[in-house]
Amino acid sequence: MPDVIRASGLVKRYGSVTALDGLDLTVPEGTILGLLGPNGAGKTTAVRILTTLLDADEGTAQVAGIDVRTDPQRVRERIGLSGQYAAVDEYLTGFENLDMIGRLYRLGRKRSRDRARELLGRFDLTAAADRPVKTYSGGMRRRLDLAGSLVAAPQVLFLDEPTTGLDPRSRTDMWEVIRELVAGGTTLLLTTQYLEEADRLADDIVVIDHGRIIAQGTADQLKAKVGGERVELVVASDAELLPARQVLAGLSVGDVQVEQGSRRLVAPVSGGAGVLLEVLRQLDAAGVAILDVGLRRPTLDDVFLSLTGQPAESSEQSDSGLVPQEAA
Amino acid sequence: MSAVPQMFADSAVVAKRNLIKIKRVPDLLVFTLLSPIMFILLFAYVFGSAIEVPGGGNYREFLIAGIFAQTVIFGATITGAGLAEDMQKGIIDRFRSLPMSRMAVLVGRTGSDIVNNVLTIMVMSLTGLVVGWRIRTSVLEALAAFLLLLLFAYAISWVFALVGLLVPSPEVVSNASFMVIFPLTFIANTFVPSEGLPGVLRVVAEWNPVSAVTQASRELFGNLGANATVPDVWSLQHPVLYTLLWVVIILAVFVPLATRQYKRAASR
Repeated sequence: MPDVIRASGLVKRYGSVTALDGLDLTVPEGTILGLLGPNGAGKTTAVRILTTLLDADEGTAQVAGIDVRTDPQRVRERIGLSGQYAAVDEYLTGFENLDMIGRLYRLGRKRSRDRARELLGRFDLTAAADRPVKTYSGGMRRRLDLAGSLVAAPQVLFLDEPTTGLDPRSRTDMWEVIRELVAGGTTLLLTTQYLEEADRLADDIVVIDHGRIIAQGTADQLKAKVGGERVELVVASDAELLPARQVLAGLSVGDVQVEQGSRRLVAPVSGGAGVLLEVLRQLDAAGVAILDVGLRRPTLDDVFLSLTGQPAESSEQSDSGLVPQEAA
Repeated sequence: MSAVPQMFADSAVVAKRNLIKIKRVPDLLVFTLLSPIMFILLFAYVFGSAIEVPGGGNYREFLIAGIFAQTVIFGATITGAGLAEDMQKGIIDRFRSLPMSRMAVLVGRTGSDIVNNVLTIMVMSLTGLVVGWRIRTSVLEALAAFLLLLLFAYAISWVFALVGLLVPSPEVVSNASFMVIFPLTFIANTFVPSEGLPGVLRVVAEWNPVSAVTQASRELFGNLGANATVPDVWSLQHPVLYTLLWVVIILAVFVPLATRQYKRAASR
């Protein structure tokens, strides 16, 4: 498979801030690359360079085999871009927005109109087609923006945080649409802060921070890097912590952690569901009453935490009740 | 299609989009049209009671061309505010990722803003007629005056196109425009005859292109009093030519500058 997106050694500096610090990317035809990183990691800068909006200070990039610096206009004919904020005109109707984009892709009057109607139908916006975008919900705007990037049926699609700020349902809908697109052969570069999103959609994931790649591979490879699965269980009373711990120690491949207050035990294991079954059997035999038990695989959040030393979404961190109760 | 017709086709698409906005947000147009009416009434009745026009002309007739000039120049700020808004909302990014002409957004924008100014001039002319302004020459000469005003405003539009691409938000354009446009349009012969201004200001006023476009309009409308004398400086003796010269200079400087800025503008 030929690489549809190929970037090597991209560097971009803004004054003393280095937004990109030698980024290499390759995306084979018909696949999705998830570009993952916290705010300010350089994701958007990379997208802007690849979509000809910005010139890199160093390095080269080709999209669909065409150099973005020397022949940007031909690159633009082959790409679609949907930005972080919905770049649609809120005073125009949904139809007028898509029709305008079609005309600017030079599809001609009739084809622009037909294409606009077709895309509005596909994105479930037909009923709202002739309403100004001002009246649209956030999810509808995003869908329209995505539709806008598809007007010319581009070979390569760049989606910069397509679901940031969407409610969970709109996000799932968006994932559905994106999967259909790629099933149709489009090559996609997707940036996201949502690890779940990259996990669900991307064939390959590149994690960047401070403009540099800190990890890459499939979601499974990245998870394997952080370590395997663990059994987590919560026992009914303090008296059962000790026997439970003895059971886990016999089956664990590492140290068993015990959290006294919550009566929770965590033990790294290998062997998947079989181990879990064995844990349950032995706990039962030992007469230990448990409130909760589960086999937990690492999420990309764990990957991120272990790679960067900080969680992917610091804003969520402050909401997650980590503040000690005593402080209140 | 070759590059130039293609550029105009793309510009027409962008201009149509801008005009739809005028239609969808009529409040905007209402205020654009109300403020010149207010200006005409204020100046005609408040200042008009105290200002003497040399040569014994009628101040209201004297005033109208000045207000026309000031208002169409303010109209040019819409170009800057519109572009700044498009930058802020990320629409410029969308345009820049499309295989459209690199000049179309600016040509379309400045083009659609002419429509705005045409509407403004129509409303102002009607208001002027109500307060006693008259065209004392021919229709053709009056049309030439309107055309010159629009042409001058179009050139100023390109100045504000550059400003709009440089500033962080549309509000900055509005604020900055007051700082520039008030002195530009007041240190001129727009509202008072330049002859009465003190030393340096008078020289500035005489060579100010706003004075020239005002002077040219007054002559073309036939609004100079019967005994009026024109200051003996080249710019005001040949106001049409001097205005056209400025139009050419402004366009020659600001079209390339704004286009370059558009190409490199990174949305904020």
